[in-house]
Amino acid sequence: MSATRPGPLRSRASVAFFATCLGDQFFADACADAVRLLRHVGVDVHVPEGQTCCGQPAFNAGRRREAERMARHTVDVFGNAEYVVLPSGSCAGMIRCFYPELTHDSDDGAAAALAERTYELSQFIVDVLGIERLGTGLDGKSVAYHHSCHALRELGVRDAPLTLLRGCGAEVLPWIAAEECCGFGGLFSAKLPEVSAGMADRKLDTLPRADFVTSSDAGCLLQLSGRSSRRRDGGPPFVHLASALWQGVRGVAGRVEASATGASR
Amino acid sequence: MSGGTTPGRYRAEAARTLAERPSVRTAVTSATDHSNVNRGRAYATIDSERWRDWARDTKTHLLTHLDRYLEQAEASLLRNGVRVHWAETAADALTALSGIVREHELKRAIKGKSMLTEELGVNAHLEGLGVHVREADLGEYIVQMLGEPPTHIVGPAIHKSLADCQRLFHERFGTALDADPDTLARAARAVLREEFLSADLGISGANFLAADTGTIALIENEGNIRLSTSLPRIHVAFVGIEKLVPRLEDVAGFVQLTTRASTGQPIGNYVSLIQGPRRVGEIDGPDEVHVIFVDNGRTRLLADEAAWEALRCVRCGACLNICPVYRQTGGHAYGWTYGGPIGAILAPALLGLEESMPLPFASTLCGACADVCPVRIPIPDLLLHWRERAVEAGLSSTSEAVGLSAFTKAAEHPALFGAAGTLLRWLPWRAGGRALPILGGWLQERSAPEPSAKSFRQLWKDGIE
Repeated sequence: MSATRPGPLRSRASVAFFATCLGDQFFADACADAVRLLRHVGVDVHVPEGQTCCGQPAFNAGRRREAERMARHTVDVFGNAEYVVLPSGSCAGMIRCFYPELTHDSDDGAAAALAERTYELSQFIVDVLGIERLGTGLDGKSVAYHHSCHALRELGVRDAPLTLLRGCGAEVLPWIAAEECCGFGGLFSAKLPEVSAGMADRKLDTLPRADFVTSSDAGCLLQLSGRSSRRRDGGPPFVHLASALWQGVRGVAGRVEASATGASR
Repeated sequence: MSGGTTPGRYRAEAARTLAERPSVRTAVTSATDHSNVNRGRAYATIDSERWRDWARDTKTHLLTHLDRYLEQAEASLLRNGVRVHWAETAADALTALSGIVREHELKRAIKGKSMLTEELGVNAHLEGLGVHVREADLGEYIVQMLGEPPTHIVGPAIHKSLADCQRLFHERFGTALDADPDTLARAARAVLREEFLSADLGISGANFLAADTGTIALIENEGNIRLSTSLPRIHVAFVGIEKLVPRLEDVAGFVQLTTRASTGQPIGNYVSLIQGPRRVGEIDGPDEVHVIFVDNGRTRLLADEAAWEALRCVRCGACLNICPVYRQTGGHAYGWTYGGPIGAILAPALLGLEESMPLPFASTLCGACADVCPVRIPIPDLLLHWRERAVEAGLSSTSEAVGLSAFTKAAEHPALFGAAGTLLRWLPWRAGGRALPILGGWLQERSAPEPSAKSFRQLWKDGIE
């Protein structure tokens, strides 16, 4: 029989939020919505100050040494977190799938431990917290969901974002190219822009008539919205999943894009 | 065969195809859509996860004991009365072929579909020897008439629309401009029938070669391979050394898995199992069967501990079909025999790393290929491996090296990273991408992204309600 006392009862999970570099600069409002969403589902959120980039751009460019340095920095910054949640399947995939191997010769198991506690936002809400219904704010909305490749294939996140969108009342429309790559691929988008644009065109040309398009990943959204805007195809708004789900909670009628700043809410 | 281009011209050729021949993208996308749906259905009717595990393990076992199985295969083939040649290089393989052509004074060759013979440049070599060569697969025949290399491992002419074929056949055979596909196939069949009957040399590849029995296994849908390997008096099979399987019973599994992965068929319309030349009392079959085992860089790849798994490939084309990059252009843009994901991880070994740039980078690492590969080649990992090797060899651009090095330094210093981020999110876009070369590529095809009014780190400092 164990003599140890049970630890203090943890009523609230504690999440270290990793905004990611694209999130910080281009999807700040979506990141703020992610924080609101996490608080709403009963989580304590903190944002470790030293966070920068997960290292994926260097890793995918074949620059393992640079990637390892960024990975080690990130492990240092987030090492003590109970959970790490990112508004990005790609960056979460980088930590989960590649950090342990990337840092193995210079680390003490901290990277593997971090990897196990790292989640994409919707994955965390559904798979860890077990929450599927957030509100009714997307009642009557039709949504096209773009599966980011790394959320889908590295993390195995397919149902969680759809479950949450439906759980907010949205109808997720069938989209033949929903699981196809948008053509972003980080540096790929700039180094092979013609092919990358062709890939975005495939997505946009098959897009169903939806009130908005959403995805878990900032890179994909920049690619698809940037291409749609260049084509002037009058496509629907592109909204980060965090903002879509926060709207699902808040239910501001007709609003599908985050307002300019978090302070206004 | 590269169709006059090289991997180094990938970006230019891809851009040219997209801009000048949009019908290629349409045709390739449509054909591969079809294959993808069929593969999905065909995988769903079997326990495909287990089949793929078995196929991976069988090929891995084969490759890790290849020396033994090659010797066993040679002994089996000799026992069957097959003549065996060993070719370390493409030149060696062609020399062996020349020897056979001269020995038998061969004049007319008919060829069943084979990617290895494309890799080796067999057609041009035979023509140089004064041998007439005809491709017998309908798709191959079409691209041969057009003077093009195949665009896809399994579907050589999938980049052509029906209208393209109608025009070609109208010019060559006088069929109506609106002739239906059956009519076109009949016209080709009439011509090819004569070619089959007059050929003295039949050439094939091999999908598999069973080491225990020396059986050459060939899968097809049209019957051209069966005719090419049984009508002419000499049959020469080019066999990549990685094409062995340990046992004949393994062939049964691989045949079914390969066609499922490739076209979604439970099995090919024709599966030929060739056991050697015509024997006494048999009414058909060649007088002689030759197997030319080809290395051409494969041993070098096998010795590469980080990259050898590419050799498990059974050339089903599933990774091409699913690849969103390949589907934009088809195979010609890649500038060598094997396009798409598998080509990008074979090229560095078979052509040389420098010669294959930038193919390992012609991928978003989306991972769709690994999802469908019947022998579970970890293609994205291998692409990353070759990228790392390219960086080590100094084959990546200086601006990228400098940029990522600066980015890394900043990422290790959060205050600097935050400040640089704020600067970068505004400045370069305003300058139309001139400030950073990499942004020019973005802006060429897309609008500048709209940066957030305040960074998230600022919003967090200000307080999020």
